[in-house]
Amino acid sequence: MADETETSVVAAEPPPPTLADHLAALPGVTRAAADKGEMVIWAEAGSVESLMTTLRDDPRFACQQLMDLCGVDWPEREQRFDVVYNLLSVSLNHRLRVIVQTDAITPVPSVHTVWPAATWWEREAWDLFGIVFSGQPDLRRILTDYGFEGHPLRKDFPLTGYVEVCYDEDRKQVVYEPVKLTQDFRNFDFLSPWEAITSLPGDEKALAARAEAKP
Amino acid sequence: MSATLIAESGNTKTVQVETNAINFGPQHPAAHGVLRLILEMDGEVVERADPHIGLLHRGTEKLIEYKSYIQALPYFDRLDYVSPMTQEHVFALATEKLLSIEAPLRAKWIRTLFSEITRVLNHLLNVTTYALDVGAITPSLWGFEEREKLLEFHEAASGARLHANYFRPGGVAKDLPAGLEEKIAAWAETFPAFIDDLETLLTGNRIWKQRTVDIGIFSAEQALAWGFSGPCLRASGVPWDLRRAQPYEMYSHVQFDIPVGRNGDCYDRYLMRMAEMRESVKIIKQCLAQMKPGPVKVQDRKFTPPSRGEMKRSMEALIHHFKLYTEGFHVPAGATYTAVETPKGELGVYLVADGTNRPYRCKIRATGFAHLQAIEAMSKRHMLADAVAIIGSLDIVFGEIDR
Repeated sequence: MADETETSVVAAEPPPPTLADHLAALPGVTRAAADKGEMVIWAEAGSVESLMTTLRDDPRFACQQLMDLCGVDWPEREQRFDVVYNLLSVSLNHRLRVIVQTDAITPVPSVHTVWPAATWWEREAWDLFGIVFSGQPDLRRILTDYGFEGHPLRKDFPLTGYVEVCYDEDRKQVVYEPVKLTQDFRNFDFLSPWEAITSLPGDEKALAARAEAKP
Repeated sequence: MSATLIAESGNTKTVQVETNAINFGPQHPAAHGVLRLILEMDGEVVERADPHIGLLHRGTEKLIEYKSYIQALPYFDRLDYVSPMTQEHVFALATEKLLSIEAPLRAKWIRTLFSEITRVLNHLLNVTTYALDVGAITPSLWGFEEREKLLEFHEAASGARLHANYFRPGGVAKDLPAGLEEKIAAWAETFPAFIDDLETLLTGNRIWKQRTVDIGIFSAEQALAWGFSGPCLRASGVPWDLRRAQPYEMYSHVQFDIPVGRNGDCYDRYLMRMAEMRESVKIIKQCLAQMKPGPVKVQDRKFTPPSRGEMKRSMEALIHHFKLYTEGFHVPAGATYTAVETPKGELGVYLVADGTNRPYRCKIRATGFAHLQAIEAMSKRHMLADAVAIIGSLDIVFGEIDR
């Protein structure tokens, strides 16, 4: 009997806090969960700098390295951009992924003071998505051409771009011209129509009959 | 350096020093590709280095968003064209993770084997061209001969010397041809002697050491903060290797050592690569000893194509083949950051799938991108010629940096 009481006491104790619990308790974090074995943290954009400093310096997380910083575009959302930080701890051997949301105008605080490596990744996110990083002193374009306009990795930027370069024999120089395609870009839609369409065109009668039958 | 006198009073002179800016590249043989490095020089001393990259930008990430997963894979060969198979590897692994499938055992051994062959391939090119940059011509002549043997193995396995398209989601494209394993085993016996020869040219060489020892020193803290990985991180004394720390494929089934440096200078980065080649040979031998015959791709026809013979006889196989090469497979919605230890360091892919047959977003975390960024911190107050040695020691390839 004594054994039974003991087990019940042990069971009543709350389980020790996991890494996700520790992360969720940090200021600015809205949610932390493991996804396919990878720890993902959703946070508020405004608190990124202090959060990253904690993740680097707190011995529970000890993320010495910022491996990657990138944007993801979701144009249908009001806050269309995800800024994704992939952190690595070489002492604890774990990876953390921090995701914050922003739109095309609101700046995200730069983390180049936490990891100097962030500078080029932030420049890249600015170049390709137009995500603004406040406090970043060197927010130049990095991958695209000098004088490039637009942000090519946005979903509303066409794959072929707007301009192409060629050599102009008359002017004896390389010039920019609007893109001319000899063949239209072939974009095949492989989504099955049978899963999306619930009514066939011209089949309104059947729909009306179904609506009548329902009540 | 030109100095103009501004004011003079008693014993003090005030002068204004003007620095010269020089364009290193974009077409410079020591820039390892198209790097435009703007160097602000105080005489022959580098005051500031501002790399301009993107001259080889091809929009790989954008193109991948418009391709099915199978079509997207060959783009990875074109990233780091010096070590193509390890680049494919990371995309294949990321796709497999999202699909929740796992390659069969033989495919895993083949991938481990060719990852290591690719590592030797990469280090041979880097070490020898690095030596070429600082004035030694012989290593590159020797190294390229040895490299050609390895490219023949690539060709025998995949049909292509460089752009292999061999590691596919769900396994490898085809099994190794008969006799290849014996050829690789024979090569693995002779190769350590070649490394010895190469080392006699460089490791103790007075000129080589004068050019690399104590040049571009990076401490462990600096290397971590700047996002270093691979040999460059280990040269600074951080014992970190994804093959050991987060093993993938069959790396947990083979014995190998991880060389770790102490000084973090250009010479240590060279030593790391030489030592890693020896370890790679060890792994290759163990792979060949432990490999057993078996299927080389997942047997689910929704992910991997049927054999040609089957296709000629079975209607279902024909349909599967057709669907796979036109539509491809649909990947369930989700995201993953998958990384492998490529010869240069950590190559990661942040892959976002939205349930269709195309990646929604495929961010490639290029290893050299982080390394090149640190060139300003590394080459400050070094001589111009040292900047060349530093670029060589960082193992930079623009295919992956510019994407």
